[in-house]
Amino acid sequence: MKKTAVMMIWMTATLCAASSRADVVDDVLKTYEASGAKGFDAARGEVFWKQTLPDPESGKTVSCTTCHGENLREAGKHTKTGKLIDPMAPSVNKERLTDAKHIEKWFKRNCEGTLGRECTPQEKGDVLMFLRSQ
Amino acid sequence: MNKQLLKIALAVGVTTVIPLAQGAGTEQVQSTDPALYRSECGACHVAYPPDFLPARSWEKLMSDLKDHFGDNAELADEEVRALTAYLTENAADRGQTKRGTRVMRSLKTDELPLRLTELTYFKRLHHEVPKKLVKDNPEVKSFSRCDACHTRALEGSFKEGEVQIPGRGRWED
Repeated sequence: MKKTAVMMIWMTATLCAASSRADVVDDVLKTYEASGAKGFDAARGEVFWKQTLPDPESGKTVSCTTCHGENLREAGKHTKTGKLIDPMAPSVNKERLTDAKHIEKWFKRNCEGTLGRECTPQEKGDVLMFLRSQ
Repeated sequence: MNKQLLKIALAVGVTTVIPLAQGAGTEQVQSTDPALYRSECGACHVAYPPDFLPARSWEKLMSDLKDHFGDNAELADEEVRALTAYLTENAADRGQTKRGTRVMRSLKTDELPLRLTELTYFKRLHHEVPKKLVKDNPEVKSFSRCDACHTRALEGSFKEGEVQIPGRGRWED
């Protein structure tokens, strides 16, 4: 009886955690749709994530993978400061994609820093679909 | 019996719900909150102790987060305000710490240092450290990466005895 109760509580907690991340991403995607974006696609998000771009400052090429690494299930590393970045994959890091404010803050910083401009709602939506699947 | 329980319930309710309701929907950001500094600014690099730079330097840095040493470190307005308040209230020229006083003594009157590593105070403390252990050391690369060698930098401690240089070990004078 007690075991069943514990099991039920654990399952509910896990479902709540999983559904709360789904809620956050869905809510964020809805705000992007309100700006005219639609048909978010993980495959397109993956291409966007992995594209290499010229960095005007260093003359080298940069990509999201430059700091986040090739394997999203492993920790990344800030190229200048060496600071370790927790894995992006929600399958490994349950904190990822659970805070809309955090998502928007880092999109703003990193798109400006890598692309030299803000990412469009379409691009952000595609990337979120890709990251959510990892 | 019921009336007593009701009174207790009301008392508990009033003392817990009202403060919660006041805080709900607003971000209570403390101006002197080291935790915010550590989580926001320590996300990419060591949260350099505020008493390493004068208030005017922190104000300058916080006013231009779009180009923060080549990176975009933009934040929401209320966080910029809170962090600026924290940094300037604990800056080197607030006379609160020995380190702050020493930093200020090493500065020219209107000097506006933005890099800790360019402070005369900093250079004096590190002038014996050879380039091959820092700039040419792939595990360190820069003096700005305090935590690469100072094993307790993240706790705000930079004692010489705590230094472990990657690939070399303890610092022996």
